[in-house]
Amino acid sequence: MVTLKRVSKSFAEKKVIEDISLTIEKGTITSFIGPNGAGKSTLISMISRLLASDSGEITIDGKNIRKTKSDDLSKKISILKQSNAVNLKITVRELVSFGRFPHSKGRLKKEDWQKVDEAIDYMELQDLQDRYLDELSGGQRQRAHIAMVLAQDTEYILLDEPLNNLDMRHAVQIMKTLRRLVDELGKTIILVIHDINFASCYSDHIVALKDGRIVKQGRTCDVIDECVLKDIYDMDFKVENINNQRICFYFD
Amino acid sequence: MRIRYLLIALIVLSIASLFIGVSHISIVDLFAFDEMQIQILLISRIPRLISILIAGMSISVCGLIMQQLSQNKFVSPTTAGTMDAARLGILVSLIVFTTASPLPKMIVAFIFALAGTIIFMRILDRVKFKDAIFIPLIGLMFGNIISSIATFIAYRYDFIQNMASWMQGDFSMIMSGNYELMYVSLPILVIAYAFANRFTIAGMGEDFSKNLGLNYRQVVNLGLIIVALVTASVVLTIGVIPFLGLIIPNIVSIYRGDHLKRNLIHTALLGAIFLLVCDIIGRIIIYPYEIPISLTVGVIGSTIFIYLLLRRKKYGL
Repeated sequence: MVTLKRVSKSFAEKKVIEDISLTIEKGTITSFIGPNGAGKSTLISMISRLLASDSGEITIDGKNIRKTKSDDLSKKISILKQSNAVNLKITVRELVSFGRFPHSKGRLKKEDWQKVDEAIDYMELQDLQDRYLDELSGGQRQRAHIAMVLAQDTEYILLDEPLNNLDMRHAVQIMKTLRRLVDELGKTIILVIHDINFASCYSDHIVALKDGRIVKQGRTCDVIDECVLKDIYDMDFKVENINNQRICFYFD
Repeated sequence: MRIRYLLIALIVLSIASLFIGVSHISIVDLFAFDEMQIQILLISRIPRLISILIAGMSISVCGLIMQQLSQNKFVSPTTAGTMDAARLGILVSLIVFTTASPLPKMIVAFIFALAGTIIFMRILDRVKFKDAIFIPLIGLMFGNIISSIATFIAYRYDFIQNMASWMQGDFSMIMSGNYELMYVSLPILVIAYAFANRFTIAGMGEDFSKNLGLNYRQVVNLGLIIVALVTASVVLTIGVIPFLGLIIPNIVSIYRGDHLKRNLIHTALLGAIFLLVCDIIGRIIIYPYEIPISLTVGVIGSTIFIYLLLRRKKYGL
């Protein structure tokens, strides 16, 4: 369980996150949605200890992340950030194998390589595994980075806009994979996501942010609601049930 | 290229290096050396060979580490002010400690090289326009500023002549008794190999490292210390060797990629081979006289550097 108690963060006088308290249950997918500049990425960075909060407390399974060693946290929680512009010439397989670093400290054993292979299979990267990252398309690279996070094999997985650069097929594939990780392996996943229909179809909970505050949080069906969405994005929405999924129309 | 071929080339060139020189020693006499020939081998030729091998390996590896940590293919001890800072350090130590024992000189040169490199890295953090070629240009300018300060001080204290001797890397003065400082680099190379994975991960960025529980600052600092130590020992013993740390890692990167653990040994071997070839050329070309190594390396190295620059799109540098 991840809990945030009255967490705030400012960048140069400007409050980006204001007094947020939140509980994220184990074994669920929680999506952070909201307009640009709402503080979604800042929030996910703080939960993953990449950014320190100015005030408040963040705990993971009851342990304050500030008081836990970074090394130990890396076996419990992993994060994939938005920009992965890497100009190093390393292969997909090498990148994925870095995911085992917290467990192996660079000396990969047989079971580490097994995890690497599993992650590569999960992301359907077998054919690309020996290619250099700089030869791949944006989407392929994105999948390679997600595979690395899978190889890290942590209970909590945080992804900042994982669907960036992906076409529909791969976006769906990734969301299905995430769903499987939660349903079959009991992982807990937190996402920042822009496409609210993806959020609606695949998450258990949604946290809607605006101007650094939580506007609404709850089960997906409670947040994907015409009034709530209008409040968040300042535009009109139409929400319909299609195949038991709540789908939003927001094109004029 | 297989590691085996590199090793064979290295061994052949090493043997050749031992038997080239003004005093005639032939490999044919191998089992019938007279006293004199053995002396020459032990006092001059073997120390020279060892210092070439160590310098070639360690400077190339330093370049590789710097390129990974800065995520820029054109950063190296020559293009980050490290060599110039080490030189300034030697000058200062000459003025402060007039007794010229190598250890205090080494320590001061190391501190200056480290400070110079750290300042360069700080500048790098602040530069907004991160074009691959712009960064080494800044480094060269920075190095020249340090260099002009050194020249100014040297002029004041009448050290210009001495300065010139570290300006040009030169193996001809290497003899047993004055090159042993180079051995500092050997354990450092072992450490670099042990930390290879960490350097690669650190090269992927701070957030990336932190996610994997790696202490980013610590790894970067270790890398800079390694670079400064090696550079100081090489500049102190041999002088400035330009371009070596720049071109060798780039050539290896083209055919081996950037996974440090995979290409570290290749980089070290190729660096040693390249320096040996340059040294042999320098010794043969105006035989029985010698051209300083910095000149041969400079000419050949800069040509390769320009070639890499022009073809960098193709090689993804």
